[in-house]
Amino acid sequence: MSLRTPPLGGTHADRGAKLTEFGGWEMPVEFDSIRTEHTAVRESVGKFDVSHMGEIEVSGPDATALMDRLTTNDVTALEAGDAQYAAITDEDGVMLDDTVVYRLPEGSDAEYLFVPNAGHDAETHDRWVEYADRWDLDVTVENATESYGMIAVQGPEAIDLLGGLCDSPGSVSRFTVEPRSVAGVACLLARTGYTGEDGVELLFDAADSRAVWSALECQPCGLGARDTLRLEAGFLLSGQDFDPETNPRNPYEAGIGFAVDLGTAFVGRDALAAVAETGPEEELVGFRLAERGIARHGYEIRADGAPVGTVTSGTMSPTLGEAIGLGYVPVEFADPGTEIGVVVRSETKPAVVEELPFY
Amino acid sequence: MSFKIPDDCRYRETHEWARDEDGSVRIGITDFAQDELGDIVFVELPSVDERIEQGEEFGVIESIKAVSDLYAPLSGEVLAVNDDLVDAPELVNDDPFDDGWMLEIEPTDETDLEELLSPEEYEAQTV
Repeated sequence: MSLRTPPLGGTHADRGAKLTEFGGWEMPVEFDSIRTEHTAVRESVGKFDVSHMGEIEVSGPDATALMDRLTTNDVTALEAGDAQYAAITDEDGVMLDDTVVYRLPEGSDAEYLFVPNAGHDAETHDRWVEYADRWDLDVTVENATESYGMIAVQGPEAIDLLGGLCDSPGSVSRFTVEPRSVAGVACLLARTGYTGEDGVELLFDAADSRAVWSALECQPCGLGARDTLRLEAGFLLSGQDFDPETNPRNPYEAGIGFAVDLGTAFVGRDALAAVAETGPEEELVGFRLAERGIARHGYEIRADGAPVGTVTSGTMSPTLGEAIGLGYVPVEFADPGTEIGVVVRSETKPAVVEELPFY
Repeated sequence: MSFKIPDDCRYRETHEWARDEDGSVRIGITDFAQDELGDIVFVELPSVDERIEQGEEFGVIESIKAVSDLYAPLSGEVLAVNDDLVDAPELVNDDPFDDGWMLEIEPTDETDLEELLSPEEYEAQTV
């Protein structure tokens, strides 16, 4: 299978980026160094090409009903220009993906746009079409992933930077989206992101990618820094911190119960209502290693001398200078301050459960 | 991008270097290797007096994004370990052939060095 390339693929290669496969796309993993890029976002501003993220447009008289029934949050609460984080679950309440749902501003081509993770766009589109047919809903669902370019501009100086390229970006509130002309390109400017910093995500016609990217004069950042930033912020990585095949988890286990509204009738609702009643048996926790070493995906977590779980994400935190990670453990080991261990190359390193986010 | 490949070192295909220093031999990883790994954050090395065996793992190096085994370019007994790497593993990024050295060993057989790649052979491999 050949890799999908973002509209900016050639630009990144010319800039000397190291490339990697992610979700079926060939994407920049590192432009300069993960540490340099990470620090730019924490202290000033950086830009990420996130065109590998999916974009699915939903329109028609029943668009709200379909969105509400296939995502865990309350879509009926969204007004035009609002954004919302949600999970997509199956009948058993198992997370298939997580996503941000945008109810687009008045005058947009579509009513809803939502952003599944890289490589999930085709299956998610098919799921929407299949359920629309099953429920006989009057909607149009389009997989517009290839038509959109998407760039995230993140960091405490992101709004200042954009202020030189478009009108009043600071007037767009957190988790809302408004149209803006950025460097002369018609964009959707969303005050969202996945780094734990202030910033925006810009969506635009893929053909305009180069104009937007080159107008944003700041540190280019790759997926490596995106991963360390999201991990410090305690955000989930689909396919790694949860995966319907290899690590099936519900939103309560994954710590995103805030994105579930049991008052809505979505697929998986009844299964999740049962989990909510008793509480999950396991929870995703953050931990920090107390000795030198780095916890990595797949390493065993131990407590009271026995294996109790598995690391789903781990790295050396560039901001904290310490090894941090995420993993699922039984709830009795999930309280902050609990002493656990992580097996690094057959040696159990002491670690302490820590409240998320790390940063 | 071109990488430093000093003439006074011999090389392993797995990107370690070895340099004769009047009988003892220093060992580290190459400029190409440190660039591939990216920000190095942890190096695990044997202790003084331990033995390493040519072609076998002698330690582990971790960058933010990856874990890699280190392979011994030749056999011998460890005379010294670069303790600076404990608190400053980034020295391997900054200066892989000098301040970022890893081990100094007493080689079992110094002629083992000749089995390693010459700078020209190593360069041909990394192009």
